[in-house]
Amino acid sequence: MPYRYRDDIAIADVAFEAWGASLEQVFVAAADATMNVMVEDLATIGRSLDLTIELEHDQLDLLLFNFLNELVFLKDARKLLLRVGSLSIRRANSNFILKGVVYGEGLDPEKHPLGVDVKAVTLHRFSLRQTQTGWEAFVILDI
Amino acid sequence: MPVPESVKRISDTVWEIPVSYKDGMRVPGRIYGTEKLMKEMDAGVFEQLSNVACLPGIVKYAYCMPDGHWGYGFPIGGMAAMDPEKGVISPGGIGFDINCGMRLVRTDLTIDDVQPRLRELVDALFRRVPAGVGSTGVIKLSEDEFKEVAEQGSRWCLSEGYAWPEDLQNTEEGGCFRGADASKISRKAIERGFDQIGTLGSGNHYCELQVAKPENIFDDATARAFGFTLPNQIAIMFHCGSRGFGHQVATDYLQLFLSVMERKYNIKVNDRELSCAPFRSPEGQDYFAAMTCAINMAFANRQVILHRIREVFSDVFRKDPRDLGMHMVYDVAHNTAKLEKHEIDGKLREVLIHRKGATRAFGPGMAGLPDQYRETGQPVIIGGSMETGSYLLAGLKSGAEAFYTTAHGSGRTMSRHQAKKMVRGQTLQKEMEGRGIYVRTASWSGLAEEAGIAYKNIDEVVEATELAGLSKRVVRLLPLGNIKG
Repeated sequence: MPYRYRDDIAIADVAFEAWGASLEQVFVAAADATMNVMVEDLATIGRSLDLTIELEHDQLDLLLFNFLNELVFLKDARKLLLRVGSLSIRRANSNFILKGVVYGEGLDPEKHPLGVDVKAVTLHRFSLRQTQTGWEAFVILDI
Repeated sequence: MPVPESVKRISDTVWEIPVSYKDGMRVPGRIYGTEKLMKEMDAGVFEQLSNVACLPGIVKYAYCMPDGHWGYGFPIGGMAAMDPEKGVISPGGIGFDINCGMRLVRTDLTIDDVQPRLRELVDALFRRVPAGVGSTGVIKLSEDEFKEVAEQGSRWCLSEGYAWPEDLQNTEEGGCFRGADASKISRKAIERGFDQIGTLGSGNHYCELQVAKPENIFDDATARAFGFTLPNQIAIMFHCGSRGFGHQVATDYLQLFLSVMERKYNIKVNDRELSCAPFRSPEGQDYFAAMTCAINMAFANRQVILHRIREVFSDVFRKDPRDLGMHMVYDVAHNTAKLEKHEIDGKLREVLIHRKGATRAFGPGMAGLPDQYRETGQPVIIGGSMETGSYLLAGLKSGAEAFYTTAHGSGRTMSRHQAKKMVRGQTLQKEMEGRGIYVRTASWSGLAEEAGIAYKNIDEVVEATELAGLSKRVVRLLPLGNIKG
């Protein structure tokens, strides 16, 4: 599990660190960390549909912010629990472009042991940075 | 953690963060709390409150209530008054769950009526008031109809038969804040929330059956004025907000403010969550209009839930809810920004009050209170943990020093993850049942996260508000049954 919840920060909400060897991997880890707050066992999320997500931003950390927000949006608007199937990030001129396929299925309390709802992704202490071994993100979710 | 050395004690219950604490502070920070509560405040409170004190246009102080704890942007329990002409509006001073709030309903029932039907009542509430991740309500609306809800709030509920006229009088601003404009909300916000009216949500949201025992009445005359007249009388308290709609409105404008704050308005903040725009700017005004829509949607949400609660009691006791005396005591909003008139240094001024996890608490005689509470001051509903109980307070004249603001709950002292490590949801449910509290939940882990041990002592929090002159105790309410999101 390339993410860890932090007990000592923003105790009324949920803070996590996520990491990966590549930029794409840290996005996938952060998506799972966000979803894992709402569903206790991610393995219960089956693959009944695929969705394409395309996002663009001139700041890499805000691209991650928007990507996580998209998953939170789809949870309410389409009642979908989603994981990342494939994802690529490339640079075009001054922008970063994310193209990804997320997969999942409709939320079903009988099948998915639910945790607590993620209301939003906050920007308090939000960070995405390159380290010697790869990439790390720090995120606080509003519960 | 220990209180930082530079924080000065002003009185038994008032503490000050001086402007020298951090570069850029325009006003000092003021924290209300006893010494014990101050020592329990986490590091986030001092960091975040001093960030708030740096915002352009802030008046007097950046305030934090005794239940203050680490939030994002503002601390939870935070309050700031901004000069509307020179100051800013910030989603980080309101929160994502815009107009998360509390509502309290009294009944003519006593514990003897309810105890034999407790399971039946709680089970029926659990069915009729959807709770948990992704839950949807029964009311099906078109996009245009939803926009009407957002602009009209509780008034929409009245026209649709989900409200009694008196309910609106007993809601802050009649359940409809002025300035809502649905043309300022995004399609995404509507898509996220249009089917969630009448749902509780999750986290610390709940609906609780409570009893007012005679030994827990602190002020008999005010308790009577608030509708508590019988020994062991039953009340229903619930906590929820604007659901996905409000969360998306806040997210949309946070993103917009990030893109214009520095570039267009040359404003720098210490925490990107405090992204803001001048209140009188086009972006600031658009956010105010959209945020007010979310405030009104939350009032409508709580109004529809009240309607469902009345239906449940009516079904179980086979009586009209009016014959059960199911009058609403009051509805308070926690996460709002609002123009209010206050006396500041001897002059009446209009200010933009941000309250984030804090409750308006108007004192006796103030305009804006319904006639029945003109003499008593505003009822203030304080939700405690589901194990320990909650309070009904009244606003005081001396609350003027904090722009008539008080606490909103007990405030967490333990992380959600830590609580889950210490408590199992199923075990907690059984233990609580042994103590006469019947709980239903949409999430076992969510239940564990809300265990009483994760919260500050509510008695100490409300006592601190009383000592500080912000609000006074009227009734302490003990839990009998609870539904959790």
